[in-house]
Amino acid sequence: MARTVPASTRIGFTALAWLIALLLFSPILWVLLTAFKTEAEAIAASPTFLPQNFTLENFAAVQDRSDYFKHATNSIIVSVGSTLLGLVIGIPAAWAMAFAPTKRTKDVLMWMLSTKMMPAVGVLIPIYLIFRDLRLLDTVHGLTLIMTLINLPIIIWMLYTYFKEIPVDILEAARMDGAELWNEIVHVLVPMAVPGIASTLLLNVILAWNEAFWTITLTSGRAGTLTAFISSFSSPQGLFLAKLSAASLLAIAPILLMGWFSQKQLVRGLTFGAVK
Amino acid sequence: MATAQTRTLSRVMMAPAVIVLLIWMIVPLVMTLWFSFQNYSLINPMMTGFAGWGNYLYVIGDPSFTQSLINTLILVGGVLIITIVGGTLLALLLDQPIWGQGILRIIVISPFFVMPPVAALIWKNGFMHPGYGMLGHLWKAFGLQPVDWFNQYPLFSVIVIVAWQWLPFATLILLTALQSLSEEQREAAEMDGANAINRFYYIIMPHMARSITIVILIQTIFLLGIFAEIRVTTGGGPGYASTNIAFLVFRTGILSNDIGAGSAGGVVAVIIANIVAIFLMRAVGKNLDA
Repeated sequence: MARTVPASTRIGFTALAWLIALLLFSPILWVLLTAFKTEAEAIAASPTFLPQNFTLENFAAVQDRSDYFKHATNSIIVSVGSTLLGLVIGIPAAWAMAFAPTKRTKDVLMWMLSTKMMPAVGVLIPIYLIFRDLRLLDTVHGLTLIMTLINLPIIIWMLYTYFKEIPVDILEAARMDGAELWNEIVHVLVPMAVPGIASTLLLNVILAWNEAFWTITLTSGRAGTLTAFISSFSSPQGLFLAKLSAASLLAIAPILLMGWFSQKQLVRGLTFGAVK
Repeated sequence: MATAQTRTLSRVMMAPAVIVLLIWMIVPLVMTLWFSFQNYSLINPMMTGFAGWGNYLYVIGDPSFTQSLINTLILVGGVLIITIVGGTLLALLLDQPIWGQGILRIIVISPFFVMPPVAALIWKNGFMHPGYGMLGHLWKAFGLQPVDWFNQYPLFSVIVIVAWQWLPFATLILLTALQSLSEEQREAAEMDGANAINRFYYIIMPHMARSITIVILIQTIFLLGIFAEIRVTTGGGPGYASTNIAFLVFRTGILSNDIGAGSAGGVVAVIIANIVAIFLMRAVGKNLDA
């Protein structure tokens, strides 16, 4: 931390780092700026950096074109719903594996992660046909179910790593003091597990929000989430750059904010605690 | 503790997760396998019955399959190389004493949170479009003919978009690993006269090996299934120039309604993923034991 370097070196590194970071960020910046431009300005031959005629009309147009709010609502229901469902199934399982491990616990964990290696296309066709027959195609609950299944292994792994870090000594101390199992869970374990559960929830909402394969293949209009909504902009209905940017901005802003706030936990969560 | 009781309780607690994942894995896979040996088309209901290896011969014999397979490998390999090399360099840079490191971390990680279709559309229309894209403007500013990226270099363009999305992830993980390297160790090496290259080679690299394994594992899981980026940019084309296995199965099974052939493609995709998985799980299993 307290390495002493010449100021010139420091300035050089700082300038280079900011230059690269801004280059990486430029596509997002482009969306942010273009969303407030008029269509004419967005496609002008000599591009402007800041919007010259600041306008909010693109956002209204996006809503008119294909009901942004409906798709956003679907995204919220599917990502939050599937995460909660995943937690309900995952918490007990991770709890059991962390606190009452058997010889096979490690194998079970590995197997669970391996289901994540199964390519979605390998099961797309049966799921598509099952959904068609059960009338689950293009429904929010059908999509929530799929999203729960694909994210469950990650939820369990993340919770397992977090639970593993709760010292068993504390449990034993509570037991010595005569705490009943129920009290032990409510007063000792849960408070210690809350941060881990919260990070898991946050990261899985992000993953589910951005999931595109299943939303595109299993929904059309009614249950479409924002990923499906945005994908519909790819069809050649002319280049509405400003409107496309407004729609994109609306789709990524909530998750971008969540991501910024949770980036520290992201490392631990996504690497299952293997990188600290 | 009453171990028998604990064991029963733990089984009960694990049961829902294990059962749900077992069903999720077995039912569709068995169905895919079954369909792959059937003549089954949603367009032509007359096509029924056992197909033997027909679907497989059709899928594997199709030149588009070979190309998709090669494209898949190039896509995964290309993105892995760019993100690991780029991520390592960027992490090393961000680990230097610089101003605004916290804000830089946040800026750099941002693309990771952009949903794939949006990422693809921004690049397609905002940057790589020959008429309106920023790169087009840049080329014109230097008096050059703008490049029609998606027609001239379709697979490369997809790789650029995907790499842009995953570079932040690799950088963040590797940076975190770098920062956990103890300062004393580094200083001791410096005192002993190790130069920057030696320090990188003998201290930083071994320390990072584990995180690099993790990055490769996680990225490979997602990269094998790249779909939205192709769907909204090239649609797999021109021809099959940017079709990967995931997109090929989608095209055959869902767009062309050929369930039999699509399923055969799906089975092949599963086999490829499993070969990759065996290697990866071994590496990770070894690394996580520590």
